Parts: sequence; structure tokens; C-alpha cells
Amino acid sequence: MVQSLPYLKESPSQTAGPYVHIGCTPNYSGIEGVYTEDLGARMVDAETQGERIRIVGRVFDGVGTALKDALVEIWQADARGLYPGPSETRGTADPHFSGFGRSPGDMTTGEFVFETIKPGPVPFKDGRPQAPHVTVWIVARGINLGLHTRMYFGDEEAANAVDPILARIEHRSRVQTLIAPRTLEDGVPVYRFDIRLQGEDETIFFDI
Amino acid sequence: MSGGSFFQRDRNWHPAAYTPGYKTSVTRSPQKAPISLDNTVSEMTGPVFGHALIGETDNDLLRNFAHGGEPIGQRIIVHGRVLDETGRGVPGALLEFWQANAGGRYRHKKETYLAPLDPNFGGCGRTLTDADGSYRLRTIKPGAYPWPNGVNDWRPAHIHFSVFGHGFAQRLITQMYFEGDPLIWRCPIVATIPDRAAVERLIAPLDMNNAVPMDSRAYRFDIVLRGRRSTLFENRTEGN
Repeated sequence: MVQSLPYLKESPSQTAGPYVHIGCTPNYSGIEGVYTEDLGARMVDAETQGERIRIVGRVFDGVGTALKDALVEIWQADARGLYPGPSETRGTADPHFSGFGRSPGDMTTGEFVFETIKPGPVPFKDGRPQAPHVTVWIVARGINLGLHTRMYFGDEEAANAVDPILARIEHRSRVQTLIAPRTLEDGVPVYRFDIRLQGEDETIFFDI
Repeated sequence: MSGGSFFQRDRNWHPAAYTPGYKTSVTRSPQKAPISLDNTVSEMTGPVFGHALIGETDNDLLRNFAHGGEPIGQRIIVHGRVLDETGRGVPGALLEFWQANAGGRYRHKKETYLAPLDPNFGGCGRTLTDADGSYRLRTIKPGAYPWPNGVNDWRPAHIHFSVFGHGFAQRLITQMYFEGDPLIWRCPIVATIPDRAAVERLIAPLDMNNAVPMDSRAYRFDIVLRGRRSTLFENRTEGN
């Protein structure tokens, strides 16, 4: 026998279920008056620095049907590449930017939407810059453990080409599942990031 | 609060993505292996929420939706601590919780179960953990309910918990079950967890020492988030 290590085990995950919106976006689900507004509904205000963008997309199952009960969360740096909050040690992020967004899929179309700003680059562990990206987390009925992925920007070709995370992906044909193309809609830059849970174009998910 | 990367997640302890006993997982489970990514600053940081967010009755489901009356059901207190895998309390963790009412009915447009809505019960709440990671909420005990999986599958009584730690890598959603519920061991969603000892981590014991006599019983539910490495002996500190 040896001494025992004192670690605890992480609580096991369970699916968020079909009614995740009751707990995470109650106003959206029709439960009004409990919270003033849903958490993560507003990432920016009038004074936020950076280029205003919109991120939209849908989550598709293996049959190609858009999920109508998913919840998508994003976490991203500000326009200068700093994360809001006390664990950021490289400086202080824009106080007018939350960094955190949460969107329920539309109950009819399944489309999620984030009104945000384009993030600046943040460093990799060895100090090299990572290409600008948004960290994405997806939960829904039928997903037993929340899925982590990343969205990169289609107009950042040079930065994407040398990104240390993208560079290590063996199956090069899958890299495009992480890159959102940019279009303009009514003058607003829109990045479309569709997430495919299964199938030929399955999105890359990360074990982080 | 600062530190290195988070401990590797034990994917044999968590449910697998593909669990055909829980039918919805069949077309919603990634089939390719997830790509391992040692945490960068993007995963080691995460949103932090302040007390300004939390309203006075946010953690009191008996009060936060009441429309002039009391919710129907068995009054309970749920309390415990949010810890990390090193055993330390996690302060300032945002917990969100949601549940069905005493009859097993959720307040949701797409919910079709025949049990009635309770006009005084919304079914959602939230709180921030204290300096030692402890939290407390008050609610009614949720009812079991049938769901379309097998023709006669019933969910055990449960409360959903969404947890934010200090890094986005710690993000977790899970469910709390109640000691002694025979439906736990018949539930296809519970059964997605392969290890009985892991399931038991989600079953809250009755805690009569925290009950309020003649008012509410109490259940104790601790939640463990991923631990994180110390950076003391790391050569490279950039990005930490």
C-alpha cells in the first residue's frame, strides 16, 4: 500500500435536458419577473471598443435537423486581446465588454445570435499569438457532457495559417469546420458558425 | 485564483456522448474523437459574476415567482459547497438551478405533461457561493415525471444545476437526485453515467441537522469542479 492522494472526483455531467432555458434564460422561456434580464444577453454597450460584429449559426444533429432546444455560450477576449475578470494577468480588459454571451436557439429556427465585437489575438502558452477566436460551449437535450469548440474568423487567413491550435489538427480537411465566413448584412459584419454534431462535416470538438 | 491549467477531465467518469439507452443522444453525439487541447488563457479564464447580479429572492424558489400565494409541495432547503478536485472551496461560483414543480410539470411552452402548472412556482433560481464555496437555496421538492424515451420511462425527482467556476474549462451542467428515490436506478439518463460510484456523487442525502423544524427538510449537495495545477515549477509562465 502507498499513501492515498487526496483528490476528489469532478461531479459527473448530466444532460442539460429539454428545458435548460428555464434555468439559464428564463425570460426567453416565458418566466418573467424573476430576473431583470437573461444572463449573457448583452455583451456590449454603446462605449465598447472594437469592431461590432454579429455571430449567428445553428446546431445540427446527425440527420441534418437543426436543434431547437440547444443553449450556446461564448467566451472571448476584448478588442485588445484581454479577457475580462481577475484571472487576466496581462492587463485590464475593456470595462464595457463582458466577454460572455449566452444564446438560446430560436424556438422555431434554432438560430443562435451574438451581438459582440471582434476579439484581438491572445497568446498561446509559449507566447506565440493565437489567431483571434471565440471559445464556444454547447449543451442540449441528448448532449451528455457540454461540448467545447472554437470559432475562428474567415477574414483572418494569415493569422489562422499560423495558429498553434489549428496547426496541430491532423485532418486538414476538418479545420474549416472551425472557421466562420464573413458576410455583410445591412452593413453589419456577420460571421456564420454552424455546428454539426455528427456526420461528414462534424465540427471539431476539443477535450480541454 | 490564479494558477495553471486544469486537471484533465476523466472522460470515463463522465457519461459517454453516445448512449443509446438515452435515445436522443444517438443523433446528437459526436462520432470523432475530441482533439486534446492543453488549456490556454482562453480556457483558463472565464466569466466572473458579482453580487450585483443576484437579487434578494433569486435563491428562494418559494418566493421568486409567487403570485400572492405559496407554491404547492414539500418545502426543502438544498445546501452544500462547491469544491474543486483539490478539496478547496470555490468562492464566487455562479450556480443556476431549475426544476419541475411538485407535480412534475415544468413551466415551459413545449412541455406537454398533463400535471398542472403551479401559479406560484416558476422553477428557476441562482446564487453565488460564499468565501468557502458554500451555498443554499429553498424550494419545493420536484415531482417525478414521464418522458418520451421508452414508452414508460420516468425521470426521478431532480434539480438541474449549471455551474461556473473560475475558468471556462470548468463549465459544468449536472443534476441532483434525492436519497432513496427508486427511480434513480431505472433512469436511462442516470444510466449514461457508467460508474455507480459516480452516480452516487449526484445523490443528495437527507440532512436533518439543516432542516428547519416544523417548516422545511434539508438535503446536502456538494458539487466538485475540475482542480487546477500550480504554476510554481513551470518554466514558461506566459499565458498563465
